[in-house]
Amino acid sequence: MSLTIGVPREIFAGEKRVAAVPEVVEKLIKLGFAVCVETKAGAAANFGDDAYQAAGARIAGSASELMGSSDIIFKVRAPTPEEIALMKPGSTLVSFIWPAQNPQLMQQLADRKLTVLAMDSVPRVSRAQKMDALSSMANIAGYRAVIEAAHHFGRFFTGQITAAGKVPPAKVFVIGAGVAGLSALGTAVGLGAIVRANDTRPEVGDQVKSMGAEFVPVDYQEEGTGVGGYAKVMSEGFQKAQLETFAKQAKDVDIIITTALIPGRPAPKLITAEMVKSMRPGSVIVDLAAEQGGNCELTVPGEVVVREGVTIIGYTDLPSRLSRQASTLYATNLLRLTEELCKTKDGLIDVNFDDEVIRGTTVIKSGEVTWPPPPPRLSAAPPQAKPAAAPAAPAKKSGHGPGEPASGRSLAIIFGAGALLFWLVGAFAPASFLSHFTVFVLACFIGYMVIWNVTPALHTPLMSVTNAISSIIAIGALIQVAPPLGEGTVGRPEALILGLAVAALTLTAINMFGGFAVTRRMLAMFRK
Amino acid sequence: MSANLAAVAYVAATILFILSLGGLSNPESSRRGNLYGIIGMAIAVLATVFGPRVTAAGIPWIVGSLVVGGSIGLYAARKVQMTQMPELVAIMHSLVGLAACLVGFASYVDTSIVLTGAEKTIHEVEIYVGILIGAITFSGSVIAFGKLSGRIGGKPMLLPARHWLNLAGLLAVLWFGVAFLQAHEIDAGLVPLALMTVIALLFGVHMVMAIGGADMPVVVSMLNSYSGWAAAATGFMLSNDLLIVTGALVGSSGAILSYIMCRAMNRNFISVIAGGFGTGGGAAPAAAGAQPAGEVTPISAVETAELLRAAKNVIIVPGYGMAVAQAQHTVYEITKLLREKGVNVRFGIHPVAGRMPGHMNVLLAEAKVPYDIVFEMDELNDDFPDTDVSMVIGANDIVNPAAEEDPTSPIAGMPVLQVWRAKTSIVMKRSMASGYAGVDNPLFYKENNRMLFGDAKKMLDEVLVALMS
Repeated sequence: MSLTIGVPREIFAGEKRVAAVPEVVEKLIKLGFAVCVETKAGAAANFGDDAYQAAGARIAGSASELMGSSDIIFKVRAPTPEEIALMKPGSTLVSFIWPAQNPQLMQQLADRKLTVLAMDSVPRVSRAQKMDALSSMANIAGYRAVIEAAHHFGRFFTGQITAAGKVPPAKVFVIGAGVAGLSALGTAVGLGAIVRANDTRPEVGDQVKSMGAEFVPVDYQEEGTGVGGYAKVMSEGFQKAQLETFAKQAKDVDIIITTALIPGRPAPKLITAEMVKSMRPGSVIVDLAAEQGGNCELTVPGEVVVREGVTIIGYTDLPSRLSRQASTLYATNLLRLTEELCKTKDGLIDVNFDDEVIRGTTVIKSGEVTWPPPPPRLSAAPPQAKPAAAPAAPAKKSGHGPGEPASGRSLAIIFGAGALLFWLVGAFAPASFLSHFTVFVLACFIGYMVIWNVTPALHTPLMSVTNAISSIIAIGALIQVAPPLGEGTVGRPEALILGLAVAALTLTAINMFGGFAVTRRMLAMFRK
Repeated sequence: MSANLAAVAYVAATILFILSLGGLSNPESSRRGNLYGIIGMAIAVLATVFGPRVTAAGIPWIVGSLVVGGSIGLYAARKVQMTQMPELVAIMHSLVGLAACLVGFASYVDTSIVLTGAEKTIHEVEIYVGILIGAITFSGSVIAFGKLSGRIGGKPMLLPARHWLNLAGLLAVLWFGVAFLQAHEIDAGLVPLALMTVIALLFGVHMVMAIGGADMPVVVSMLNSYSGWAAAATGFMLSNDLLIVTGALVGSSGAILSYIMCRAMNRNFISVIAGGFGTGGGAAPAAAGAQPAGEVTPISAVETAELLRAAKNVIIVPGYGMAVAQAQHTVYEITKLLREKGVNVRFGIHPVAGRMPGHMNVLLAEAKVPYDIVFEMDELNDDFPDTDVSMVIGANDIVNPAAEEDPTSPIAGMPVLQVWRAKTSIVMKRSMASGYAGVDNPLFYKENNRMLFGDAKKMLDEVLVALMS
């Protein structure tokens, strides 16, 4: 029997997004789920009830009806205590939670014996990118930030020379080149502005440049990449140098877009009141970190204020202001997550803790808090993680040493077997054999040592030359062709031996001449 | 020439052979290495012919067979195409194997060698082992040749209870060995010897038939090793140190190559020999849920050319498909054009790309690609994130991200070229079919991946035309 996914109307003030769009509802039904949508849930994002119905969803008249009949709830905003009270005990909730900032909420959810998957806790690994709602929302926020800035800015973005005079291009400074920052600077570049960006993580400089913007580094040496590719808190010296850089930019630019966030902490204050004062009247600051307290000292979260002639936009609902787009992307992220949860496509979910992504996303399992998850195994920003591992790796991987040291146990086995073999040979073999045996063993070792030095590019010539050399077996045939026969050899089948030897010699001659010739031909081709 | 002089000449030949192998450590010295090998061989043959073990009566026969065999060899070496190198090497291994058999039989029927006691037993064991290895090398190499040249299908042929068959064969070989040693008359001994030879031949056939196309590099180098051991065994049989040393050199070199190949595939030698991919008990078949999801994005040759033109760093990863399509020359034309435009083009070679060790390097060298832009996997893998376009030509398993990301994949843990970490990867392939390992490739479904479907040669020609316009 399949589970029912319920999509309630978001009741948070000003929230226009919805957790599922008709297109996604259709795909969820294909996965085997039943879908129930609260009436008018998608109205603010321009999705009517009829569209949901057409996609196969049932429409519930009220939140209580919906919650009561659903096993899985898809939401955008974290639920209110009232909403939690409506949910069936033991059901599953998928939504933004922010467990670090909302311990009380976590407690309430756990008390209700829910299983909670937090879309803000999806691990940052490549495989989970398709369900990374933070990135898709940040992308929208970055875009919208530029649109809002343009709306409040009294000039063109692009420079123009018109009959009515010359228009200078707007200068935009983006702080923090994460997903939102990159999206913002891409949008601003698209509108024709001169765009600069800064980030504490130096490796994003190339990404900034690739978007057509200029990277403004802070003149101070410190590595700014934290766990999982996010930024970390910087030292005091760095912060001072950073503020100086920003103060310089503030005097020069028209628009500042700040996106600096450190996971689980209040947003760093990067734009001081003095900097705002130093900006030209009519300038605009868009503070994408407003919800976490803001990067600008003068930001009022959720509002647009004018201070010292500078418009400071502190909207906390930028994705919601592009509700249709945001809903579509968020719903697709949820769909991808659902696909991971329901690999059998039978309308049932399996919260499989062996799966790193699902493990990381799940913050409460059946009433038991499982947050924070164990640290991720892979970083999404590998260049910085690499150096630690690198020095050990080449020694292991390279094909040019006589192998890596074997483990103690296998060494003991090899030596044991060798000793036994040698003992057998020594005990039973005659002296003449022993001298050959010595030569044989030593030759094996020489071969072993010599071959490790051969470059892999030359493996084919190596094989053909060793093949040619193995036609040394011709010697064996040669000495059988016409050996000096001593007295007393009777009944030697001369003709037979001669025939065999000549045949063997002819075969090896093919090999000998052919092998050396083809090696020569091959080696002649290798050139610088 | 006295026996002592001949012995000294053998020592010289041995040293030259060692220098020859050592010379192959880099392309600069490799040509001299080959020359050392030729000189060593010439010294060895001449010292034997003019030495005490050959009488004047044999000279015409010897010259005759050397001329006939030599001409055939030189003709083949001249005619062979570089893409056919694996076949040529395989068939040449078979010749050594067959020669070892013939010499073994000749030695057994030779009544001029009179030995008694333990020496006789050892001599007979040597003959027996020499013929055994020679026969396996011979039939195995013939089958490998058939597989590599496409005369026999590349799919592993897995008989039911094949491990038991092998075991039975081994026991039979031991049984006949005992019978052979107990035979007092030469004629009586020939029967078990011949039977063993037949079993060894069948064993060689069976062993190589069970191995899939992707494991061919291992098999070719393994047969190379066998041909060396066969020579060494013959050396023991004839009490000839030169044969022993040379055989051991070749044998251990082949064994190390096989080991390197196995390590490049993260498989152990036994499992390669025991049979095809995914059939062993170790690798659990990938669950249905692990199937890669997403869309495959095709791309046209013209778009490919545009991507290449806009790129600063390009890495080309060739595979067996390039060899099949004979596309290496077009690849070089494209490379040359891009390099003239200031694009940094490099080649990334996986150790087991192609059908024999170093196969791709030879093809690229044939197409005149300078070897200093051809890199090994380890040298290049860290550079992919800074690469704009990585172009995969007819390769599949060696660029499969499942090897790193999916622990249940049959190829999990195999080192692969991380082409997907480039900004864009382009995979040239005839169809969506999976590689020899039979594993679906999640690379094709990655967002930054594009598929250029079609014959590699034809598609690359189109790319070249688009680049030139």
